Amino acid sequence: MIRHFLVSLIFALALPAQAALDPQLVRQLTDEDSGTKVTAIRQMALAADPEAVRVLKAMAEDNLFVAGSQVVIIEGEQAFDAATGKPVKMPASPESPTVNNRIRGELAAALAALKLLDADRAVRLQAVQALQRKAEPELAPLFERALKAESDPQIKGLLAIAKAQADLGNKDPAVRRAAVMVLGETTSPAIRSLLLPLTEKAREPNDRVRYAAISAVKAIDGRLSISENLGRVFTGLSLGSILLLAALGLAIIYGVMGVINMAHGELLMVGAYSAYTMQSIFRTWLPDYIDWYLPAAIPLAFFAAAAVGVLMERTVIRWLYGRTLETLLATWGLSLILIQAARVLFGAQNVEVSNPSWMSGGIELLPNLILPWNRIIIIGFALFVLFLVWVLMNRTRLGMFVRAVTQNRSMAGCVGVPTSRIDTLAFALGAGIAGLGGVALSQISNVGPDMGQGYIVDSFMVVVVGGVGQLAGAVWAALGLGIFSKLLEGWAGAVIAKITILVCIIIFIQKRPQGIFALKGRFVD
Amino acid sequence: MTPRARTPYTIRLFSMMQRGHWIALGAFLAATLVVVPILNLVVPEGSAFHVSAYAITLVGKIMCYAMVAVAMDLIWGFGGILSLGHGLFFALGGYAFGMYLMRQIGRDGSYQSDLPDFMVFLDWKGLPWYWSGSDSFLWVSLLVVAVPAIVAFVFGYFAFRSRIKGVYFSIITQALTYAAMLLFFRNETGFGGNNGFTDFKRILGYSITAPETRLVLFGLTALLLAATLLFARWLTTSKFGRVLTAIRDAESRVMFIGYNPLWYKLTIWTISAVLCGIAGALYVPQVGIINPSEMSPANSIEIAIWVAVGGRGTLIGPVVGAFVVNLAKSWFTVSFPEYWLFFLGLLFIVVTLLLPQGLVGLWQAIREKVQNTRAGHATPGEK
Amino acid sequence: MGSRDVLRKIIGIDPDEPSKFGFASKQRVLDISHNVILYLDDITVSFDGFKALNKLNLTIDAGELRCIIGPNGAGKTTMMDVITGKTRPDTGSAYFGQTIDLTRLTEPEIAHIGIGRKFQKPTIFDQHTAFENLELAMKTDKRVRRSLVATLSGEDGDRIAEALRLIRLDREADRPAGLLSHGQKQWLEIGMLLMQEPKLLLLDEPVAGMTDDETMRTAELFVSLAGTHSLVVVEHDMAFVEKLGGKVTVLHEGSVLAEGDLATVQNDQRVIEVYLGR
Ligand SMILES: Nc1ncnc2c1ncn2[C@@H]1O[C@H](COP(=O)(O)OP(=O)(O)O)[C@@H](O)[C@H]1O
Ligand SMILES: [Mg+2]
Repeated sequence: MIRHFLVSLIFALALPAQAALDPQLVRQLTDEDSGTKVTAIRQMALAADPEAVRVLKAMAEDNLFVAGSQVVIIEGEQAFDAATGKPVKMPASPESPTVNNRIRGELAAALAALKLLDADRAVRLQAVQALQRKAEPELAPLFERALKAESDPQIKGLLAIAKAQADLGNKDPAVRRAAVMVLGETTSPAIRSLLLPLTEKAREPNDRVRYAAISAVKAIDGRLSISENLGRVFTGLSLGSILLLAALGLAIIYGVMGVINMAHGELLMVGAYSAYTMQSIFRTWLPDYIDWYLPAAIPLAFFAAAAVGVLMERTVIRWLYGRTLETLLATWGLSLILIQAARVLFGAQNVEVSNPSWMSGGIELLPNLILPWNRIIIIGFALFVLFLVWVLMNRTRLGMFVRAVTQNRSMAGCVGVPTSRIDTLAFALGAGIAGLGGVALSQISNVGPDMGQGYIVDSFMVVVVGGVGQLAGAVWAALGLGIFSKLLEGWAGAVIAKITILVCIIIFIQKRPQGIFALKGRFVD
Repeated sequence: MTPRARTPYTIRLFSMMQRGHWIALGAFLAATLVVVPILNLVVPEGSAFHVSAYAITLVGKIMCYAMVAVAMDLIWGFGGILSLGHGLFFALGGYAFGMYLMRQIGRDGSYQSDLPDFMVFLDWKGLPWYWSGSDSFLWVSLLVVAVPAIVAFVFGYFAFRSRIKGVYFSIITQALTYAAMLLFFRNETGFGGNNGFTDFKRILGYSITAPETRLVLFGLTALLLAATLLFARWLTTSKFGRVLTAIRDAESRVMFIGYNPLWYKLTIWTISAVLCGIAGALYVPQVGIINPSEMSPANSIEIAIWVAVGGRGTLIGPVVGAFVVNLAKSWFTVSFPEYWLFFLGLLFIVVTLLLPQGLVGLWQAIREKVQNTRAGHATPGEK
Repeated sequence: MGSRDVLRKIIGIDPDEPSKFGFASKQRVLDISHNVILYLDDITVSFDGFKALNKLNLTIDAGELRCIIGPNGAGKTTMMDVITGKTRPDTGSAYFGQTIDLTRLTEPEIAHIGIGRKFQKPTIFDQHTAFENLELAMKTDKRVRRSLVATLSGEDGDRIAEALRLIRLDREADRPAGLLSHGQKQWLEIGMLLMQEPKLLLLDEPVAGMTDDETMRTAELFVSLAGTHSLVVVEHDMAFVEKLGGKVTVLHEGSVLAEGDLATVQNDQRVIEVYLGR
């Protein structure tokens, strides 16, 4: 219907524009014949007069009446002359003209087009954005007209693009080519797909237009890939943040005890299930505050994971001191038990953990680049935890002890550091951080008994690349690995990305066996 | 001090094991090559002495695992290098031989095509280059050895050259097998994706499900297991073996007396991988399937626990461990499937905490104790 | 960049140097035509900015017995690390004889060309018997392919037995070395060193933990080795140093403080300051 209207609009445009509302035209609005009404509506729309908007709007809202030879708009108790807008005496017996569906459609379309000329900037902006999605070739003159009247640079730009879109269907190759050039400046997948047909000989016989289209598509692709890559970098950052939370704990434990905790991924799982438990509690008892379950889950996750960690350290790991390879196996056994325990407690299926409402949605940076809130918050959260850990390690006695044991256990023991308590505390801390990572992970991935299995290798890689006992190293390595793997995934697929990273790390170790931020020390062998 | 003189090789070969061990080995071969086939083929099914096809497949499978365990022990028990990626080499051997079995299906697959079914399904028109020659038994047998060897050699060269040791090495091998698993999960890799290879029909033209074929495969596995044990024995009693254990205990000292640990580690690492590959190749026709889950990290780390349970640094230990753990596994997964992981997890912990020498170590400790008390009774007053 | 350079860069294989694939294949001949077996020239080693060795210069003559003394942390062990290839110097050069650049060789290669080392902390193979420890150390082709088929000849057995007698472990030959006493372990390590038949012996505090009697016998052994071998001995025990009687070098803060015979050095004002003062 709109399209139909627009076609006749073009036709009507050929007529000279009228400065004021023609009473004759207004009169026609109330004609018995629908056809006459339609022609009148279209002519009024083209006049692009604010007065016309007033009248058409009144008609759409059933406020337009005929009283003998007079056409009036009645608002409440007051009547106005439709053509002039002057208040008039309330007629005795106003009759409303028939406004059938066809007429309503015509009115709506006309009003929409007229909004391009509205005095209010916001209305114009909305109108041009709405029309952009259906910029038919027939609309071109209207856009041109609006463009002439427009002063706002943003709307002007949008109008120019809309007009160019409309011009793509123009018969004149020169116009088409000009339109293509304009569109080549944009960055939008939608416009790219509009231009794509013009790159084929079957659709676009004119060589110059076609070449212009080809280079325009290329230009758009270039810009699109930039924003796509930006998106990947962002996803990589959020993956890296979770890796960071996983690796921080792993690195602290490895630094203090020289032990790789193979059950570390399962501590993430404990954290994630804590979030799930908290969510269930809120659903049952505090459904009105459901959005708050996540903040409430954070301490629960930390302490639950830390408690599991302490248990592991006290019962198993402590007894394997110095037998690092055996510890690897024993902690693997612990991870199997934790996985099976999760299956027994929560079922083998993944459970559903939903984002609180304040975490859904996102910020649209570019037409094809949306930064989801949950990922933004995760990055922020990781940085916050990192800050806390940094403070803990550098500004407290516990941190000093932990660093001392990391650097030289026996020496630290000699000067009175309670090494075995430090072991337990460090383990609890590392486990607790992993629990926090689990909460973060629950917001962007599935929560299930096996969820931790994939993380041990990745977080160990962070430790390897970053160097042991180095917060800064872990940070750079986690973020770098996250971003690098997401970028690679975008280009080559997840599997190839994983393999490439593995190969890179092996090569990397060839050159820097102690990681990027190596502490040079005397290594006992 | 015992006088030491150069001994002839044959004598050295015989003297590398005690007489009791030789007898045990002979008994094992007699049981698997003679007794079991008779009990399976001749003794009627209802009899209490009948050995079922199921039992033969199960034991055959576990013997393959035992070979892997011995291979693992060579590298871990003697070399001190814990690999968490040995499942990869096992699977590579299995896949290499699986290619041959897939080709032997011929046109009997569900699509009646010369190509394996999964390739038809992927709409491939011909075999990828790495499948060429896969219809030849000899070529594939070469691949079974060469592919794990090459992968292990290249990986090991870089890892050992940069002196990656301990947990670093372990985790990187785990990452290696994990990456390989992902690779084999992809359909485009050309090894059947998720489903891997299965539905085999023939081997060397003989039906793969025929009882005789089964028994031949079973016997072959037993023979190769025995050969593996002998070979491992020979390796570990040679000077090479002594250098290897020296590297395990004090690597830098070994370097300063002029041995390059790189080549020693690389040699034993590659040998170990090849043994795994052969075991994998024997495993696939008996079990009838190979898929990427064989490369999962969990599978590889289980190999380590077989060795630990049996007792590492001994050669019979891994065999015992492979049998004990896998028999337990097949019992649990039938009777109490939900408790298997608990049991396995506990096994990991208990063995590392309480039984560092494994069952063999426990047995030796008990025997010593018994002997000591006996000796104590025989000569009272002497201490 | 040619393909060979690429190979060299990326995977560290030098295709022109067969030694990577078995170092015995390339003969490095020790050239002591100027009667000097070891040159250390301007060696600096730093750890995180701290200079463990600071422009160290040292030459050892062929057949010489040299004692190195110096306070803890002077850099004595680090110097041995540099000579044996464990630590690469930041600057400076280390030559074995006239021609062999030690900074370009790996630890096993250096051992192979005839430099033996005894660590400060005795490192022997605890799980192996004393006999096997010596067997492993014995000079022979130490490549994998030889080890796989190696058998002990009668002469080899005799040589090991002789060494066992020399270090007085012939009665402990078949016991695991881990069960030996500290002094016995020190001796075993010295025995291993002898089995290597090195031309230059580096001994880091060889008599720590020995009885006086053992110490004196060690000194006699070292003196008897001098002449046919060159020895560098690090020791704190002055009586032992005196007994050895060779030239003494005092190391302090990573460089040479004084050099000469024991009496001269002991009367040197700076040396006294370092040991007693501050
Ligand atoms: N790998 C290393 N990392 C850091 N510092 C080291 C290392 N090796 C040696 N050092 C330092 O270098 C100095 C010299 O050490 P060392 O050579 O062992 O002295 P010495 O053997 O004379 O007692 C010491 O202060 C020691 O702490
Ligand atoms: Mg020292």
